[in-house]
Amino acid sequence: MRLSRVAFVHVALVLLSILFVLPFLWMLTTAVKPIGETLTSPPRWIPSQVLWSNFPDAVFYGSKELGYVPFLVYARNTVIITILCVVGSVASNTIVAYSFARLRWPGRDLFFAATLATMMVPFPVTMVPTFTLFRWLGWVGSFKPLWVPAYLGSAFAIFLLRQFFRTIPNDLSEAARIDGASEFRVFADIVLPLARPAVTVIALFTFMGTWNDFLGPLIFLTDQNTFTLSLGLQAYQTQHGGTPWNLLMAASLLVILPIIVVFFFAQKTFVHGIATSGFK
Amino acid sequence: MNSRHEARIGILFALPWILGFVLLLAYPLVFSLVTSFTNFSVLREPKWIGLSNYQELMSDGVFLTALQNTLLYTLGAVPLGTVLAIALAMLLNAKVKGMAVYRALLFLPTLVPMVAQATLFLWVFNGDYGLLNAALRGIGFSPPNWLGDPAWAKWTLILIAAWGCGQAMLIYLAGLQDVPANLYEAADLDGAKPWHKTRHITLPMISPVILFNVIMAIIGSIQVFAVPQVMFPGGAPARSTYMFAMYLYDNAFLYQRMGYASAMGWVMFLIILALTLAALRLSERHVHYETQ
Repeated sequence: MRLSRVAFVHVALVLLSILFVLPFLWMLTTAVKPIGETLTSPPRWIPSQVLWSNFPDAVFYGSKELGYVPFLVYARNTVIITILCVVGSVASNTIVAYSFARLRWPGRDLFFAATLATMMVPFPVTMVPTFTLFRWLGWVGSFKPLWVPAYLGSAFAIFLLRQFFRTIPNDLSEAARIDGASEFRVFADIVLPLARPAVTVIALFTFMGTWNDFLGPLIFLTDQNTFTLSLGLQAYQTQHGGTPWNLLMAASLLVILPIIVVFFFAQKTFVHGIATSGFK
Repeated sequence: MNSRHEARIGILFALPWILGFVLLLAYPLVFSLVTSFTNFSVLREPKWIGLSNYQELMSDGVFLTALQNTLLYTLGAVPLGTVLAIALAMLLNAKVKGMAVYRALLFLPTLVPMVAQATLFLWVFNGDYGLLNAALRGIGFSPPNWLGDPAWAKWTLILIAAWGCGQAMLIYLAGLQDVPANLYEAADLDGAKPWHKTRHITLPMISPVILFNVIMAIIGSIQVFAVPQVMFPGGAPARSTYMFAMYLYDNAFLYQRMGYASAMGWVMFLIILALTLAALRLSERHVHYETQ
């Protein structure tokens, strides 16, 4: 590549990176400012002092009125729901995808086509009946509507895992079957360990999807002490007029942090997973 | 393994999804279609009212506003996000140093939960103390009150969507890395200009990926909910940010008009189907599939 092109690529990437990262820096500096310095024009980038105490203040915000620490309660609720969903999604989608990829049964291919088609169904269409179903079961207000569905599979995850299972050679499973292994053993001990990258991708996507979910908790959770972080953040700025921007930004950062940490450790898998979700 | 035994185990293994498919997709789809012809609400027995809900939608000014807002948002967010994601992917595909860092930085926004995006951008777009307007004033503009001006509020949502284009960007990058290098080498021998290579090699080769991303983006945009709901409760200012999914949600859970909401859900589903089919049809002449 010519030198001028290399220079152009660098300049463009640096400018765009700055543009994309600037809001984060703004969030970070707001999160450690005294409240007075958030309301200045022109804004100060460097606070006169770094107020780390904004983070505990954000966490304990509103705890006097409520008698408990809302942020910690929201965080606990989010963690519980997320763990249940990740476990459920991995358990159900792997075994279902295995069935689609490796076992023959009548109607399988037709059902698989129908499964793919459902990816186009927007949630708002099924929202009302799903709500009435869960209300009839007496589940509205509990976490169940948010995690039980994860144990029943999702079209996207089944598709991704099925594609992966099909690339694993059949010889190993055949050998195990001849040795008398049950089909579940073949799945759990032979195919699943080889599919680890794809399973990790599904676990990561489920983690992010659940952690970020807003509409689900909004519909199904009724009491403030069952709220998740997504709902909690919203409560922050609507409840209290004259939003304390520094605390809101500190709280938002705390909500983002777990995802950034997980991303950092699983970067390769993440990138690979998203790349392969483009239907190659 | 005999085939009957295999079939039994196959269905047994698929059972979770068979249940999920029936209980959480097929049944709700049929139920909401039936409900859309009734005046179902939590409070009273549903009564069959035929096409009344659909007729009411046609003349419901709020619905038409929400529909228009959503289509305008889609019309802004999908092309902007697509062009930006492809441009970023092309830059990231150049062989220069520091790619891992650039890639991480450009992808970072995608990791931010939608509600946190909404709170962050409420602050960035804040008319008086926000970062954006400070910058615009700094270079001599008199900036608009983004969040309070009906003419500008929708743009904040479109810009936020563009900021989070990282996922599409990575999918495009993977597509670009699959384009065989010998195509470019051959073009170089023929003395092709960079723009010609982009126009005649790169874009045709990644066109299936573009089609996939555009369809996913349309499906997502029509359903946009969390960010406008948090940033603009009730679609303020002057309902300029009131989206389809917000009005649907309000009808179902605020006004308890479940039948009406179901009709809206089906209209949304049909719009998504129509737009997807239109995208597939329009792309027929332009999408290049490799024959293997």
